[in-house]
Amino acid sequence: MGLVLLCVIWLITFASTYFFVAKTWWFPHGASAATAALDHQFGVTLVLMGVIFVAAQLALGYFVWRYRDQPSAARADYSHGNLGLELMWTTLTAILFIGLNLMGSPIWAAERFRPAVDGATRVEVTAMQFAWYFRYPGPDGKFGIAKPELEDPSAGGDAALGLDPADPSSKDDVVTGIMEVPVGREVEVILRAHDVIHSFFVPAMRFKQDAVPGLAIHMHFTPTETGDFEIACAELCGLGHYKMHGMLKVVSPDEFDKWLAAREAEKQ
Amino acid sequence: MVAQESHQHAAPQGFIRKWVFSLDHKVIGLQYYFLALTAVFVGMALSLLMRIHLIWPTAALPLLGEIKPETYLSLVTMHGTIMVFFVLTTAPQGGFGNYFLPIQIGAPDMAFPVLNMLSFWTTFVAYVVMLAAFFVVGGAPLHGWTGYAPLSALQSAGPGQGLGADLWITSIALFCIASLMGALNFITTTLDMRAKGMSLMRMPLTCWSWLITAILGLLAFGVLLSAGILLLMDRNMGTSFFLPLGTINGQLTGHKGGSPLLWQHLFWFFGHPEVYIAILPGMGVTSQVLSTFSRKPIFGYKAMVYAMLSIGLLGFMVWGHHMFMSGMSPYTAFAFSVMTMAIGVPSAIKTFNWLGTLHKARIRFHSPMLFAIGFVSLFVSGGLSGPFLAQPALDIPLHDTAFVPGHFHLIMGVAAIFGIFAATYYWFPKMFGRMMNEKLARIHFFFTLIGTYSVFMPMHYLGLAGQPRRYSQLTELAYLHPLMGLNTFMTYAAIITVAAQLVFLFNLFWSMFKGPKASDNPWEASTLEWTTATPPPHDNFGGRTPVVHNGPYEYSVPGAPRDYVMQSDPATVAAH
Repeated sequence: MGLVLLCVIWLITFASTYFFVAKTWWFPHGASAATAALDHQFGVTLVLMGVIFVAAQLALGYFVWRYRDQPSAARADYSHGNLGLELMWTTLTAILFIGLNLMGSPIWAAERFRPAVDGATRVEVTAMQFAWYFRYPGPDGKFGIAKPELEDPSAGGDAALGLDPADPSSKDDVVTGIMEVPVGREVEVILRAHDVIHSFFVPAMRFKQDAVPGLAIHMHFTPTETGDFEIACAELCGLGHYKMHGMLKVVSPDEFDKWLAAREAEKQ
Repeated sequence: MVAQESHQHAAPQGFIRKWVFSLDHKVIGLQYYFLALTAVFVGMALSLLMRIHLIWPTAALPLLGEIKPETYLSLVTMHGTIMVFFVLTTAPQGGFGNYFLPIQIGAPDMAFPVLNMLSFWTTFVAYVVMLAAFFVVGGAPLHGWTGYAPLSALQSAGPGQGLGADLWITSIALFCIASLMGALNFITTTLDMRAKGMSLMRMPLTCWSWLITAILGLLAFGVLLSAGILLLMDRNMGTSFFLPLGTINGQLTGHKGGSPLLWQHLFWFFGHPEVYIAILPGMGVTSQVLSTFSRKPIFGYKAMVYAMLSIGLLGFMVWGHHMFMSGMSPYTAFAFSVMTMAIGVPSAIKTFNWLGTLHKARIRFHSPMLFAIGFVSLFVSGGLSGPFLAQPALDIPLHDTAFVPGHFHLIMGVAAIFGIFAATYYWFPKMFGRMMNEKLARIHFFFTLIGTYSVFMPMHYLGLAGQPRRYSQLTELAYLHPLMGLNTFMTYAAIITVAAQLVFLFNLFWSMFKGPKASDNPWEASTLEWTTATPPPHDNFGGRTPVVHNGPYEYSVPGAPRDYVMQSDPATVAAH
């Protein structure tokens, strides 16, 4: 029985570890400025936790086999513990875990503590059951007034967001169903939700943030590659949660300017 | 000490007083256990339906037909709720705690037998109300076991958010009341009713784990109860605790000024201690079983006690780590993250001390021991994904992906269930007077160990690849398509794991009636429950009042006649 246990525990350990090392299933290709630091921190954590995982499981498997009851076995050791050893592994794990935490903190600070830079592309992202809408402020650079009582999701576009037609700065706002941004420039997202909590998750941007009714949450990320990247909803929002997806289109700055100008022209 | 005369009530004779409205902690323990047993099979069936639906989304199932997205989310909600409340909270504490805490500390019953009966029957009513949510118009709620507002607070937010959600909240509120009564009883019993010589530091680690769990319950369930009542008021009385100005499908909700994040703070202030409520008794029973079948004292008894105490204490300071992506101030993440990492330290102490117990042991591979060893393996695996999620930066890619259910299923789901299995196989002879079948137990163990690893380890890989939680179909996002193969593998593994549980169920009931008769101390264990008759008499010790002379885990004492010294043996083992 000891040998069977050893084999099973070791096999589980090797199989589990193999797929992490081989990266058979892994993060999608990252296309944002945050990718390198985040993936590195994940890698460091994975190596440290992986070493402990393998060592602990191997020891467990080995001990249950080595110290199995058999006629030739020695009487069990009458020991109540070893204070020195216990102090050692307590100190070591404390240093390891707190150290890991301190290592990761600057990444979090960079993502969340500072506001977006001046000149960032500003996009208001609004979530509702079960769609994403994106709003650009238009030539005046100001997001116009939106009123909950004017919201009409069935009409789509401006009406879905409840833009007030009486407000001049609303008139030039551009509302789209696809999020288009220029590459290499920081994007400031202003996250809102009308009804329930949603979460704006773009795996390729290493970006995620809940959109909460009643709050306007300001965040930023910087795409570093052009392409089409899927947006998923990551917070349970109702029966259509699984199909609440969107598209982030990262294009060259020229292409973006042309696209935005064309959308703005449509509003005149 | 409380006057013990009040507990020397005569054994009841009628069926109703003996088996239904019983005041006997042993009967109440069994009632909790069997309630949890029905709940675990319901919860497991729901999870199987979820796994089947994920890989065959359009399949028409017998009786149920095709599973709609809202039905899938009802399954998600009810699976989580039933498993967390009616299995993981009920079986280890209400079941085994009730049955064995008084016997292990040498008491004739719990401190408040009537309160004990009341807490079981309140739990029972809560369970019935919970199950009723399936059968009302709109079905069970789809807001998940965490019930985040506004989804949970608005009747119009989806099917299941009407009467189903009201029943769900009512059930949880009742469960909170029952758990509060239970917690008071456990704490009073442990502090006031220990036998002569049973100092706190001579208590078996199981008793420590039940005591600490009860303290956590006392502090946590009150908060959830209040939050649940506020949520019911938001839903039915027009208040706006959790509801800001908002619309559903363009219609104003009529609420304004509330905060959705307030619900999350209240919920997780309960919810995080709750995961320790689920796992601490498993740690206790694992320590007990490892020591017994290693024929060795537990490695570092005091460190084990202090580790559980610090896990309990720190458990109240980390709730914010569920909310790194919620829009809460990012500065608070630092504090919550450091505290969470700090919990890794006592957890590591426990793991190393279990390994230390096995070192130079003489291990007997009876079924309880297999599950205790499995517990240690799962505790390591599930625990080590914690330090990923504890880092707010890594939550950016990992939060609300399959990585999270992978993590918590291994540690608070499967590991805790292994604790329940270890306890079942360990105490079955004492509870029913018969032995369980060891061959069936081994089949059950190996299929369950390999099966659950095959279901939950891949969830981590899916999480890395960005598969979100609680998706009823994986067909809509293109980047999820390559993950279908792995998902299919997990579903097959789940089917095999579920099948293995039928082996357990058969073994349990077959052995109850047909198993070989058990002696009073079949495992040659040292704690007080093994000094009394099998099954124990109504007053636990047959009129005797046990006196304790030794610590709980005196195995292989040099010079002793046997390789174990009972806690009640008069020949005291030298202090160490």
